[in-house]
Amino acid sequence: MTIRVAVIRFPGSNCESETLEAARRAGATAELLDYRATSLGGADVVILPGGFSYGDYLRSGAIARFAPVMQAVRAHAEAGGGVLGICNGFQVLCEAHLLPGALLHNAGQRFVARPVDVRIERTSTICTGLFRPGAVVRIPQAHGEGRFVADEATLDALERDNQVVLRYVPVPGSDLPHNPNGSARDIAGICNPAGNVVGFMPHPERLAEATLGDTIGQTFFASLVGAPTSGAPA
Amino acid sequence: MTSAASTPRAFPGERPVTEAVVREHKLNAREYEAILALLDGRTPTLTELGIFSALWSEHCSYKHTKPVLRRFPVEGPQVLQGPGENAGVLRLPEGWAVAFKIESHNHPTAVEPYQGAATGVGGILRDVFTMGARPVALLNSLRFGPLDDPRNRYLFAGAVKGVGDYGNCVGVPTLGGEVVFAPGYAGNPLVNAMAVGLLRAEELITARAQGVGNLLLTVGARTGRDGIHGASFASEDLSAESEARRPQVQVGDPFTEKLLLEASLELIRSGTIVAIQDMGAAGLTSSSAEMAARGGVGVELDTSAVPTREAGMTPYEIMLSESQERMLVVAEPAQVEAIRAICQRWDLDATVVGRVTDDGRYRIIHDGVVVASIPGRPLVDGCPIYEPEARESAEAVARRSRTPSRDDLDPLEALERLLDAPTIASKRWVFEQYDGTVRGRSVLTPGGDAGVVRVEDTGFGIAMTVDCNARHVLLDPYEGGKGVVAEAARNIACTGARPLGITDCLNFGNPERPEVFHQFVEACRGIGDACLAFGTPVTGGNVSLYNQSPTGAIDPTPTVGMVGLLEDVTAAVGSHFTTEGDAILLIGRTAGHLGGSAYWAELLDCVGGPPPPVDLEAERGLQEVLVRAAAGRLLRSAHDLSDGGLAVALAECCIGGPWANATFGATVDLARHADAVSDLGWLFGEDAGRVLVSCAPEHVAALQALAAEHGHGAHYLGLVGPAEGELIIRRDERRWQWSTRRLRAIHLEAIPRRMAAPGAAEE
Repeated sequence: MTIRVAVIRFPGSNCESETLEAARRAGATAELLDYRATSLGGADVVILPGGFSYGDYLRSGAIARFAPVMQAVRAHAEAGGGVLGICNGFQVLCEAHLLPGALLHNAGQRFVARPVDVRIERTSTICTGLFRPGAVVRIPQAHGEGRFVADEATLDALERDNQVVLRYVPVPGSDLPHNPNGSARDIAGICNPAGNVVGFMPHPERLAEATLGDTIGQTFFASLVGAPTSGAPA
Repeated sequence: MTSAASTPRAFPGERPVTEAVVREHKLNAREYEAILALLDGRTPTLTELGIFSALWSEHCSYKHTKPVLRRFPVEGPQVLQGPGENAGVLRLPEGWAVAFKIESHNHPTAVEPYQGAATGVGGILRDVFTMGARPVALLNSLRFGPLDDPRNRYLFAGAVKGVGDYGNCVGVPTLGGEVVFAPGYAGNPLVNAMAVGLLRAEELITARAQGVGNLLLTVGARTGRDGIHGASFASEDLSAESEARRPQVQVGDPFTEKLLLEASLELIRSGTIVAIQDMGAAGLTSSSAEMAARGGVGVELDTSAVPTREAGMTPYEIMLSESQERMLVVAEPAQVEAIRAICQRWDLDATVVGRVTDDGRYRIIHDGVVVASIPGRPLVDGCPIYEPEARESAEAVARRSRTPSRDDLDPLEALERLLDAPTIASKRWVFEQYDGTVRGRSVLTPGGDAGVVRVEDTGFGIAMTVDCNARHVLLDPYEGGKGVVAEAARNIACTGARPLGITDCLNFGNPERPEVFHQFVEACRGIGDACLAFGTPVTGGNVSLYNQSPTGAIDPTPTVGMVGLLEDVTAAVGSHFTTEGDAILLIGRTAGHLGGSAYWAELLDCVGGPPPPVDLEAERGLQEVLVRAAAGRLLRSAHDLSDGGLAVALAECCIGGPWANATFGATVDLARHADAVSDLGWLFGEDAGRVLVSCAPEHVAALQALAAEHGHGAHYLGLVGPAEGELIIRRDERRWQWSTRRLRAIHLEAIPRRMAAPGAAEE
C-alpha cells in the first residue's frame, strides 16, 4: 500500500513543489492541500513546507497556525499520524504548540542561506528511520528565523526524552560558525515524544536529486514512506 | 461608466496648469508645445499634465536613447520575443522558452536602500511573470561608494537586505550577481535586478489591449499614495533635495507578490484574459497607455473605480501612484466572474476599472467627469526625440594615456591586497543573505562564474550571469562595451553553456552632457558589435540616465545580463579546483596588458590607460572550446580571468567555493610562454579572452587539440596541489609563494571585516 502524503499550501508557502516531488520520488502518493481544507482527505502523512506563510509578517508561523486546515493537522498528530514541518513548517508547528519551544530571529540578525552539517540524533521518527544513528549529513538551509529557544527545563526534557532529531555539528576546516542561527544547544530539529511530529530548519527536499550533486536529502522522504533507499543506509 | 466625449475639466481642487507647474513636471518648452498641439491648443488639466510628464520622462519614453538603441542586433532564430515587451523571450529545446530582463532601481535606492532595492526585485519579477513565465532565478548587479564611508556601508547593507528579503519571500533563488565598490558610485549607488523565468513557448502572452468593448481590471494590491512620480524622479539628477523624495519610494510587499505571481500564471493559463501588464514605473498610466498603443485601440479608465488605500485620492494621484504588486488585465466581459474566482483563490481582488474603446483616445473619468482625454498613440510615442551631442572630453582622452607614478609593488603583497579589495573579495557576506536553493533546481549557486538551473524536469539547464567592467568602459567606451558582452559570454561558457542572448541595463549620467552621451553611444556600439559577433541578440532591457549627483556622474555602467543553454545539465563545470594532481591550463593569449587593470586602480590609485582590446573572433573561438570541452567531459573547472588577472584567478581557483572546507595548492610555471611580458603584466594584466581551466592529466592532449582547432593555445601551466597547500608561481629563477589558507581568509573576510565597523546600521 502506498503512503499518502498531503503537502499543505498556505498563502506564501514556496517550497511545496519540490517537497511534493521528493515525496513522489520516494514512492508516495502526494498531493497539495489548500490551507482552507477542513480534512486531510485520508493522508497518512502531512508535510508543512517551507516558505513565508502570510509573509511571516507578524512572526513566522504565527498566522498560519490559525489556518482552517490546522485543526485537522492537530487531530491527525494527536491520533499518532505523521506530521513533518520543514523550515516555515517547523515554525508553524511550534506556534501551534504541536512542538515545544519557539523559533526567533537568527542571532546574527541576518538571513542565512548555506549548507549546514547536521547529525541525526534520533532515528525512531517518521522521517529519519533509514539513517544510521549519529550520521552527519550536509544539507542546505535558508532562513531568517531559525534560532530555536525554550526554557532550560524544556531543553533538558527534550534531551532526556530523546526529542532532538537534528543537531548542527562543527565542520572540520570551515571558517563559518557551525550553528548558523545561534539556536539553543545547536538544535536544528526536534520531535514530539512519540516521534510522529517532527520539525526542522534544513531543507532536505532541495538536495534530493542526482543532477544537483547529492541525493542525501531524499533519505528523509524515503524514511517517510518506509521505502528502502536506492543505496545503503546513509 | 459614461462615455463622455466632452472636454476634460479640472478635478475639483486641482491646481491650474501654469508655466511653473509645467516646469515642476520636468517638461521643457518644446515638449509642452508638442502637448498643446496634441490637445488642439487647449491647456491640459493637471491630470493630463501628470500623465504626459510620466510617459514623456526618459524612463518611459527613451527620448534621448531610442535612435541609439535601434542599432542593437535583435534578431536570431532563438528569439521568440524581442525588445518592446515586458521581457525578452528565447527558445529552448523541447518546447521550453526562457524569459528574462534586467532593470535598474537606482534613484529609489539612493534615498531608501531597503525598499528601493526590494521593489526593484519585485518589479523585475512581475515583468517576467506577465509574459506567462514562472520566475526561476534572480541576479543582481550592485554598485556603491567605498566601504570606509559609513553612509556607503548603510546603503550597501540596506540594499542587500532589501534584495534578499524580497526574493527569499517570493521563493525565487538568487543565482548570481556582482558587487562593485568605486568612488564614482558614492552619491549614486546602482541596483540592477534581473529575473529569469521559464515558460512553454506556446503559453507566451503579450501585453496588447485588444477587442473594443473588452474590460480593464486591476488585480492585486490597492493603490496608495506611494511612489507618485517615480518615473520622473528616475529621470533627473540626484541632488541635495533628493532626500525629500523619500515618500516617492515605493514600499514592497513580497507576500502579495507571491500571491500575484500564482494568480497571474493561473489567469494566463486559464485562457480567461486577453492581456496582462505590470503596473510598474508610472503605474496605471504607463500600463494602460502602453497596452492600448500596442493594440492600436483607445481606453477609458474610471479612476473612481480603482480600489484605493485611502479615501480622497485624486485622479492625478491614482494615475501616477507606483504602489507595488498591481497588475492591469484586459479581458472579455463574459470572463470577469471567472477571473474574480481565480483571484479570490489567491486572496486577491480583481476590479473592473475601464474598457477598450474604438476612438483611439486615452480618456480618464472620475465620478462621471472627464478629467483627461488625449490622443492615445502620440501620448506613448509622440514625445520629441533628441539626439544629443556626443563628444569625448579632453579629460577622458588624457585618462587613456595616464600611467601610475610607480609600478614596483612586491607581487606577494600585491596579490594579498587585491584579494582584500572589496570589489574582488568574496561576496559570501552578500549572497549568504540570498536563498540560492529554493525550488530545488539550482545546479551552480553564487560564488563562481555563472549560475545554472536545471530546466524543470528536462536534462538541460540554463546558465546566467550579469557583468560590467565599468572601469574599462570609462577608459574606452567602445572596447569596454565589447568587453562587457565578451566577459558575460566567457562566464556563461565557463559552465559549459552556449551563450544565447542578452538583456541590458544601461546606467549612465546626464545625457545632455556631451561627454556622457559619447560614453553612451560608444558603449552601445561596442555591445551591439559583440552581440552580432556572438549571435547573442539584445532582447530588451532598461536605460537609466541622470545617474549624476553633486559629486559627479557615475562611471558609465552598461550592465549586461546574459543567459546560455547547457544541453546536458549534469556536465556543468564549476569555477574552482577540485582534485589534487589535475593539470592547470591557460586558454587564450597573454600580452601583459595593465591599462585599466584592477592592479593599477586598486593598488596604485591610477584609473588610466587604454583597457585591453577585445578580439571578438578569438572570444567566439574560446566560447566554442569551452562548450565542447564541457560536453566532452574534459574539464574539472573553468574560470574566467578578469579583475586582477592570472594571479587573482589562480588564487580564487585555489581558495575554492564559498562553503569549501579546504583550499587546494597549485604550482605553476610561467616560463616559455609570453616571454616578452613583464612579471607584473603576467601576474596582474587583464588581457581579454582568457580562461583558466583544470583537467585530469589524461585530458591535456585532447584539450590542447580542441583549443588549436579553434585557433587557441591551451598553455600548460602546472598542477593542482594538495589540500591546504601553497600557491607557487615560478618564472625562470623567480618564485612567489602564498599560503592558500591565508589567501582564503583574506578573500572571505574583506567585506565582513569592513561591515563590522560601526555605522552600517545608522540612519
